[in-house]
Amino acid sequence: MGKTLAEKILGAHAGREVRAGDIVICNVDFCFGQDGTSSLIMESFKKLGANVFDKNKFAMVIDHSSPSPSIGVSTIHKTMRDFANEKEVKLFDVGEGVCHQLIPERGYVTCGDLVLGADSHTCTYGALNVLSTGVGSTDLAITVASGKNWFKVPESIKVVVSGKLPVASYSKDIILYIIGKMGAKAATYKSVEFTGSGIKDLTVDARFTISNMAVEMGAKFGVMEPDPKVVKWVKTHSIRQPSPVFPDSDAVYADVKEFDVSKLPPQVAKPHAVDNVASVEELGNVKIDQGVIGTCTNGRLEDLDVAAKILKNKKIHRKVKLIIAPASKGIFLEAVKRGLIETFVEAGATVVGPGCGPCVGTHNGILADAENAISTANRNFKGRMGNPNANIYLASPATVAASCLTGKISDPREHKKRLGRK
Amino acid sequence: MKEKKTDFVLQHEIHEESLATAHRIKIKDDINTDYIISGRYKFSTTDPKELAKYVFNDIEPDFYKRVKPGDFLIAGENFGSGSSREQAPLALKTLGLRAVIAKSFARIFYRNAFNLGLLLLECNTNYIDDGDKIKYVPDRNVIYNQSKGINIDIKPIPYLMKRIIEDGGVIEHLQKHGGFRLEI
Repeated sequence: MGKTLAEKILGAHAGREVRAGDIVICNVDFCFGQDGTSSLIMESFKKLGANVFDKNKFAMVIDHSSPSPSIGVSTIHKTMRDFANEKEVKLFDVGEGVCHQLIPERGYVTCGDLVLGADSHTCTYGALNVLSTGVGSTDLAITVASGKNWFKVPESIKVVVSGKLPVASYSKDIILYIIGKMGAKAATYKSVEFTGSGIKDLTVDARFTISNMAVEMGAKFGVMEPDPKVVKWVKTHSIRQPSPVFPDSDAVYADVKEFDVSKLPPQVAKPHAVDNVASVEELGNVKIDQGVIGTCTNGRLEDLDVAAKILKNKKIHRKVKLIIAPASKGIFLEAVKRGLIETFVEAGATVVGPGCGPCVGTHNGILADAENAISTANRNFKGRMGNPNANIYLASPATVAASCLTGKISDPREHKKRLGRK
Repeated sequence: MKEKKTDFVLQHEIHEESLATAHRIKIKDDINTDYIISGRYKFSTTDPKELAKYVFNDIEPDFYKRVKPGDFLIAGENFGSGSSREQAPLALKTLGLRAVIAKSFARIFYRNAFNLGLLLLECNTNYIDDGDKIKYVPDRNVIYNQSKGINIDIKPIPYLMKRIIEDGGVIEHLQKHGGFRLEI
């Protein structure tokens, strides 16, 4: 009987054969926390009274509330800096970017790794054939202290994506569509393996968007098998030797789902749930007050590039604020070089520093009562962007940019000529 | 999941004062950690007592005023979905809840709660209404619902999680045993 990616990678890190349902202790290749979770990590770590197991395998990232909007947050950030100095561990400070961009971009992870992060979107690196998942602060502290943690080997769901996306539809539309069809709890306690020609056709950056949102259907992992694009990507970013892992052809899956995306129209998740999904043309007239392009889901260079294509030499609607947050310093710099930032500022957008931007509702664009936002982020829960009386719609960078021009949720296919064949 | 109406937990076995109140909130399923404790409060304070005042603030403000120590929180499917914030189970624990009872839990929340020593029980919560008087009977693995006169079967808790709760949380568990106790 064959094995899934989760069974193989967890088994390799447990040092024994494992099957779905087993509870095992595994060695972890890398772990990290961010500014929303690190204060409790440091607290639990102190209670454990141990040393950092490996200074090169733990990092902290200031991204959720960065730069700090308040004394409380500044205090947390200062504590993180002091801890990083004392323990001689890596701290990505204000201005560096979002953890889920920095950790792969700076080469901390590679194919076949097992990674824990004190952030639920840690599943993002699944696109790199990494088994990665979010945990809480105490779990993370245990790993910082021991290099290990316990894992329940999950059952897996195979999601086969086939077909080439039409112009103006993107990987964000694929994952919103899948979550809409499968539901917010479809993969609770389970690993999702994304595969098929529709995934292979995507760039590595586009694949991150899909793995990133696996947790929005409850998944523990959102992992993909490696291909030459992925191996090239990790070798470009990391000096570590990749250990590509493939699922067996006779692996046992709890379920197999198939999606053809060759005619997929742009998708939108409506308030207040990520699985409340419709095609853009089904939405009717929804006015918007704010657009957001960025976050760990869609703040990468090709996301900014698509938005710039739509916004070039145009002005956003006079009643709309558009906030753009590049996912990392590297992306920000490249966007400056390519003239994308100039396009955004000329169009009337506000570009904020690399980080999570307004996604978590702590800073950088909190909504007023009854305001509607359309965002490239991954969550639209009530109150997520700082105001429980506001509404959040989720979509691709193209749909957000197109909507900011008109002041209402708009179909990016109207800009087909600018977007061209991908 | 099934419920049963067996009579092995007899009325006279249950002391009236050992019963506690079940609290439901209006949203049944998919209560995410943003709803449990909004992102804007988790950053504003690190004091658990202060955090606890903001539990469910965006969906049911002042929830904390309803809860007495020992009470139960009742929910539907996928309780605790979304962000990994440990402030969510921490704030619920600080309210003094005896346990959260739901049909199912999101996985990160599940681990976090046990790690902090907050008990989670899985059963068919359709049989528990807001305000019901209930009791958790561990040795029978049931919830006794006095208001409905029924026992509700609980999904067995994995051995490791049981030990973590008995030890008062995962840090205490590790300090006591020098590692994880996966089996008896």
